[in-house]
Amino acid sequence: MVNRGNRATKAGFGEGLLEAGLRNTQVVCLGADITTSVGCNLFAEAFPNRFISLGIAEQNCMGVAAGLALEGKIPVFSTYGVFAALRTTDQVRVSVCYNNVHVVIGGAHAGVSVGPDGATHQALEDIAMMRVLPNMTVLSPCDATQARLAAIAAIEQCKGPVYIRFGREAMPDFSTADMGFEIGKSQLLRPGNDLAIIATGHMVWEAMQAAGILASGGIDARVINMHTIKPVDKDSILNAARETGAIVTAEEHQVTGGLGSAVAEVVVQHHPVPMAFVGMPDRFGESGDPRQLMEKFGMTAEAIAEAGRKLLARRFAL
Amino acid sequence: MHSRQTTNPEELREIAIRIRKSVVASLAEAGSGHLGGSLGLADIFTALYFSVLTHDPSHPGSPGRDRVILSIGHVAPVLYATLAHSGYFPVEELATLRKLGSRLQGHPGRDHGLPGLELSAGSLGQGLSVAVGMALAAKMDHKPHRIFSIHGDGELQEGSIWEAAMSAAHHRLDNLTAIVDRNGLQIDGRTEDVMNLEPLPEKWSAFGWEVIECDGNNMEAILNAFAKAEAVKNKPSVIIARTIMGKGIRSIEGDYRWHGKVPAKEQVGDFTRELDETVDN
Repeated sequence: MVNRGNRATKAGFGEGLLEAGLRNTQVVCLGADITTSVGCNLFAEAFPNRFISLGIAEQNCMGVAAGLALEGKIPVFSTYGVFAALRTTDQVRVSVCYNNVHVVIGGAHAGVSVGPDGATHQALEDIAMMRVLPNMTVLSPCDATQARLAAIAAIEQCKGPVYIRFGREAMPDFSTADMGFEIGKSQLLRPGNDLAIIATGHMVWEAMQAAGILASGGIDARVINMHTIKPVDKDSILNAARETGAIVTAEEHQVTGGLGSAVAEVVVQHHPVPMAFVGMPDRFGESGDPRQLMEKFGMTAEAIAEAGRKLLARRFAL
Repeated sequence: MHSRQTTNPEELREIAIRIRKSVVASLAEAGSGHLGGSLGLADIFTALYFSVLTHDPSHPGSPGRDRVILSIGHVAPVLYATLAHSGYFPVEELATLRKLGSRLQGHPGRDHGLPGLELSAGSLGQGLSVAVGMALAAKMDHKPHRIFSIHGDGELQEGSIWEAAMSAAHHRLDNLTAIVDRNGLQIDGRTEDVMNLEPLPEKWSAFGWEVIECDGNNMEAILNAFAKAEAVKNKPSVIIARTIMGKGIRSIEGDYRWHGKVPAKEQVGDFTRELDETVDN
């Protein structure tokens, strides 16, 4: 996999939203004052009559989205993940999920790679919060190219509520459109049978680099892009458990409640194997350069590789 | 699509009594639920479904219908009784309220398939936002139907209500009418002691709404208020309806302890008799 150049995943989301909006006039977009910052400016400029400005009032936005969806519109409400998933959780739970309406929720500024804005704006709990809600689909594309496909899938394929997570910082854009995007179907990016790295979002690129590091030490790591956290791809997880016997998960999210937990829930019930979780170690982020923060909190290729080596040592010590 | 079934207040008052009796009976059968607010709103629900709304109980989802959003899901019994008496489903089904497998959930749940139910709701402060979304959709599609949302006065303590209120006025949603059940009571006591709401009409007015005040237990006043609301242009309207919690059963009227209480089965007879005695309105 080659990095064709760094791009923010939010840019891919914005392109997908625009494309889906061109195809279907029922798609509408809600704005909570940070339209450009969350990837909705292309849509807002192209379809001013289908862009609804609602101000800095996220709880209301979510309820309005539910009302629009009940009337057959396909509302897309994108804001920072901390607000989309946490400030409005009760609206998402009752007005959106309990009513089981097709609202597309964009969660921007995912992870510590938000950088200098600091802890308040770094969404690190959103996957946990969204995936626990009945009827919800949770998507976490790996790069800008995939974010475009994920946005289109969320708008055109989902029937119920869907949360799609993306980041602000320009990150390696390495996936290709011909890889496709099927909700609930993970992607095997690198074969390998010594250990499996199951990653999501920005950490997929890091996982690929980690596999390179491990390969130089004679460890053949499988890399899986788990772009859908819910419904999680049980088959690929169980194949990984059976065929490698050791799983490292990697996500730019708290180590509790997110991808690692979703994978563990499958593994412990059906085929227990040793696991290691790479992610935010149950603490708040802080200001800093995105790369510095990912290093400080252990969300890098080297950290994944190290977790993999330790996991294998533990496994063979068993 | 049939509508405006009757404008005769006498007839509507009689229907309201029948609805109140069903509310009492269904809650006694359920053994839990919210009697006070359900009784206080019976006249408004009757006016809506038997006079004001354009709707067709034999075609619950027809696109041209007016929408009623019950934001205060806890008064579901009066919604259910009104829907049943309107013909959306058999009155006998009211006896299943709050029971396992019932379409009549303790707070409204669309996933159980009850005809005529527009929204699953019950977490306070959310319904007005949903109503705004529905009203925006109607405006975008140039559809003439109206949206009515029903709120408690205590519910107005939720901040999200005022976010929604601001947005409805900003988007000039004159197809939206909110109804505030101003009974002055909430679970901990009088609204003015728990958290002061006044000056309430001025608040709505300052948020850009047309404010209509009425006696929410007087049928002529209610019909008049709805007529005024329909005439409002370029802004949303709110009917602040002064009601009496427990209205129709003198022995419990105005007693906030009946917010979340139900009659024992052996009380149903007495309550029914009291309802028959209060056809004076």
